[in-house]
Amino acid sequence: MSTVRDWAVPNPITENRSGLIGKPVDRYEGRLKVTGTAPYAFEVETPSTPLYGHIVSATIARGRITAIDLSQAASAPGVVLAWSHLDVPVQAQRGAKLNPRSQRGSNPALGSDRVEHYGQSIAFILADTPENARSAEARIRISYEASDADLDFGSFIDSAGPVPGEEDARIGDFEAGYSASEVTVDATWFSPLQNHAQMEPCATTAWWEGDKVVVHTSIQMVKGGQHALAETLGIPSDRVRLLTRYIGGGFGGKGQSYDDLTLAALAARESGRPVRVAYTRRQMFQATVHRPAVQMRVRLGADGTGRLNAMALEAVTHCARNSTFVEHAAEFARNLYAAPHRLTGHRLVRLDIPHAGAMRAPGEAPGMLSLECAMDELADRLGMDPIALRIRNEPEVDPDNAKPFSIRQLVRCMQEGAQQFGWDRRNPTPGAVRDGRWYVGMGMATAIRGNFLLPAKAGLRLTGDGLATLTQGMTDIGTGTYTILAQITGETLGLPLDQVRVELGDSDMPPAPGSGGQFGAATAGSAAFETGMVMRRRLAELATSDPRSPLYGEDPVLMDFANGNIVLGNRSESLAALASRAGPEGVYVEGSISPAADARDWSQHTYGAQFAEVGVDSVTGEVRLRRMFGVFAAGRILNAKLAKSQITGGMIWGVGAALTESNAVDPRYGSFLNQDLGGYLAPVHADIVNLDAVLLDEADDKANPMGIKGVGELGICGSGAAIANAVYNACGVRLRDYPLTPDKVLAALEAKGL
Amino acid sequence: MKPFAFERARNVDHALSLAAAAPGARFLAGGTNLLDLMKLEIEQPDTLIDVGRLPLADISETAGGGLRIGALATNTLVASDPRVRSRYPVLARAILSGSCVQLRNKASMGGNLMQRTRCAYFMDPAMPCNKRLPGSGCSAMGGLSQAIALFGASEFCVAVSASDMSVALAVLDAEVETVRADGSVRRRPVETLHRLPGDAPQVDTDLAPDELILAVELPPPPSGGQVWRKVRARASYVGALASIAVAGDRVALGAVAARPWRARATEAALAGGASPREAAEAELVSASGADGRKSLVRRLATDAIQESRKGGRS
Repeated sequence: MSTVRDWAVPNPITENRSGLIGKPVDRYEGRLKVTGTAPYAFEVETPSTPLYGHIVSATIARGRITAIDLSQAASAPGVVLAWSHLDVPVQAQRGAKLNPRSQRGSNPALGSDRVEHYGQSIAFILADTPENARSAEARIRISYEASDADLDFGSFIDSAGPVPGEEDARIGDFEAGYSASEVTVDATWFSPLQNHAQMEPCATTAWWEGDKVVVHTSIQMVKGGQHALAETLGIPSDRVRLLTRYIGGGFGGKGQSYDDLTLAALAARESGRPVRVAYTRRQMFQATVHRPAVQMRVRLGADGTGRLNAMALEAVTHCARNSTFVEHAAEFARNLYAAPHRLTGHRLVRLDIPHAGAMRAPGEAPGMLSLECAMDELADRLGMDPIALRIRNEPEVDPDNAKPFSIRQLVRCMQEGAQQFGWDRRNPTPGAVRDGRWYVGMGMATAIRGNFLLPAKAGLRLTGDGLATLTQGMTDIGTGTYTILAQITGETLGLPLDQVRVELGDSDMPPAPGSGGQFGAATAGSAAFETGMVMRRRLAELATSDPRSPLYGEDPVLMDFANGNIVLGNRSESLAALASRAGPEGVYVEGSISPAADARDWSQHTYGAQFAEVGVDSVTGEVRLRRMFGVFAAGRILNAKLAKSQITGGMIWGVGAALTESNAVDPRYGSFLNQDLGGYLAPVHADIVNLDAVLLDEADDKANPMGIKGVGELGICGSGAAIANAVYNACGVRLRDYPLTPDKVLAALEAKGL
Repeated sequence: MKPFAFERARNVDHALSLAAAAPGARFLAGGTNLLDLMKLEIEQPDTLIDVGRLPLADISETAGGGLRIGALATNTLVASDPRVRSRYPVLARAILSGSCVQLRNKASMGGNLMQRTRCAYFMDPAMPCNKRLPGSGCSAMGGLSQAIALFGASEFCVAVSASDMSVALAVLDAEVETVRADGSVRRRPVETLHRLPGDAPQVDTDLAPDELILAVELPPPPSGGQVWRKVRARASYVGALASIAVAGDRVALGAVAARPWRARATEAALAGGASPREAAEAELVSASGADGRKSLVRRLATDAIQESRKGGRS
């Protein structure tokens, strides 16, 4: 196992001689996607004419199916078969694992007569067209016996219980430290349930080849999906080939498989035909996971100079009754600001609603909406600038564990951001700036998000045509993975980009953990880099040991790679020629990356500073973004365009969290109020004006051999808090109940007599 | 989606005879609302009569100095017409605040008027809704939606109209011209095209099944400023929390009733010399619903009337 010291040695990526690293290359699949020519899972070619499945969803929150009659549906035009729990083919029991190494257990569909949440799958119809499959749903006769269901998070907050296996994190004596503080803040924030609202719904196309099933599905983790399906069907995982080449957004919601995968595979087996199954837009809201609501109490205690003495974040959140998911909304605070007396913890409410799960920056995204506003309130109370307050509390080592930082440029992010944004033009007095009927204000917040490296592998083949083809069981969920892996491979081998191919999303390829937790680029990319280095060594050995090579007899460690050649001094040979001589298959190598043995000796995060200017309509309470700017530090940047796109995309998610996005569970039915993109209000173009981000020069040599870090989730962190702070600065209203919709802002303005 | 017959009308008479022959038929123009509702099986017509190619898209001057806008003129065409923009800016602005550009390019004048409510419980086929399934109940009452009627609601339905355009048409005293299969042509104010829910919320308008909208006629614009405002959580592609159209001494409110709501009490109060705020309050005397919604309408109306008096065009 390597150590971070090994990673600090200069390598082709850190030297970046051909300049591919950091280059703002367009996304390889961008044109395919926007022209509708990238085949998504539902659209891939099938070996024969496919059938179409439609999943029928429960319309009660909790209870039993006492009777279900599918006969009318089964005889509807075009219908091939219809299943309920009574006649669905046998599947392994939920959670069962035939293979102990499976990453996921069985996840049976239509497994019993029990309904555990509104929108759960209860029946399945297979037909010749999607229209016929859907249309037959109305012919199903079903009776339920409904049971009492716990649906309203708000009414169960007081009875929230501890998270199994977790204890509060305590350092020092929070209560004593807090009560001894000169200046305090004690307030509670609420952030609502949110949905991912991916453009591409969950979908699968499946067919069988003998006893092996081929599934194209929309999922972020190849192995997880492959194992879940194999365990559900009760077959070894090598009899499931899972492909996921183009994905229209994941955001954590596709970190797992859903019933479309299981039912497509079962129906393809039963019918002997390829089967396509997609969730409807409405099902995406209720049959996949969501970000749970969070209530967060924040207490801050400081001395008169703003030095924090005590800090507590106590989160209450929810998950489904039988789930283990926890939105760790308080955790980020452990590593952010210095304070000797600290308390962070989580409490959980179990509800009979669809499953809570991971959504872009789980933890930080809702959590920073509270602490970063509490810091603003503390600054206000102290009469301090919010940036000065944060710098006053900048720790020298990680305040949670006293580990040194790998690199921490948070202060620089704030200072450079302040300068470029024009923070000095902010009037600290709320309500002091008007533009016609608009109150105008500025706010800022910090961003912090962990960085991770997981084990991963990759394969790399060099062929006689001079092409290098990287293969990896990795996913590109719209983040640019294809593109950055090509840049890494090209730079490592000294090949131009048009001589590099990247093939992803196939369980037959060397495995990578997939996309999630902003670990994808660092993990898959480091494996690609290490594999490239394996290829360099193999090619050097081939050349120096082959009498036909001009490099014969030289020391292989002296070889260099540039412009498609292997080079020593003024002698060189093309990689194409080397690969040709190796045979028709060319040269194939595999490589891998693992976390360094001492990786956890450092505190390692990505950081940023968010700045927002908003207008608040003094008549109606509408809040509109006027401009937004952020400065971020996230290691070496592989592709300036795509990294910025990830960051600004995250910032826009924060705009949604602050101003528009929420869903509500109807306490009478257990259904979500918003089930389409006209009702669930993610920001649209008109909401986003003058938004920009800058990434600082950085390399984190404790992160991985390339010194890169994740950017996929950093941008959302603190973004919404900067907006809420700007709303306060604009009109003097502190709203702690997200999103800050016109009705809430107006009520607060009226309460102030405005 | 239920299977349905599709007929393309060759001319207006053909469209009307098709409609008369198929009582469950619906006219299809841009399809931006009807097709969505058919996919959700909220609308289940046996027959669609495609009127989209009929020659009803012209915008022309009327003898009386107004404008006649064909039923098939797209929302984009109307909002970008120089005559509309200069003489009826409140209409252009109302249209441009609705939906998104792709849908406005498809959506027609007549179709915009015929669009159905976006009440979340109407849009969810699993929920009780008297407008969708008469007698099943109203989930919006006691529900989570804020889009509840302040005026003209009944014990059966509290849904509000989703059309921004119709609010501007109402304030401009526009009339809808229709024709039936028997050849009878009728005109009625846009304001009264839509029914209040009463005990039959499933019936949105008083149009007969074989009645086709031919055009909307605008009388000459009233003197005085025109103002359009639409309040919403995000800046585009969402229905109003409340909207207002002001033209001269006329005021219409949107998203507060099942039809565009001419604020007659406000107009009367203004004529009697009341202040804008008093005039806004005069209408709200008869409003039901949450205080926050009433506050929003009061403030919005007060401000918009004040602005119109400055000749404003916001």
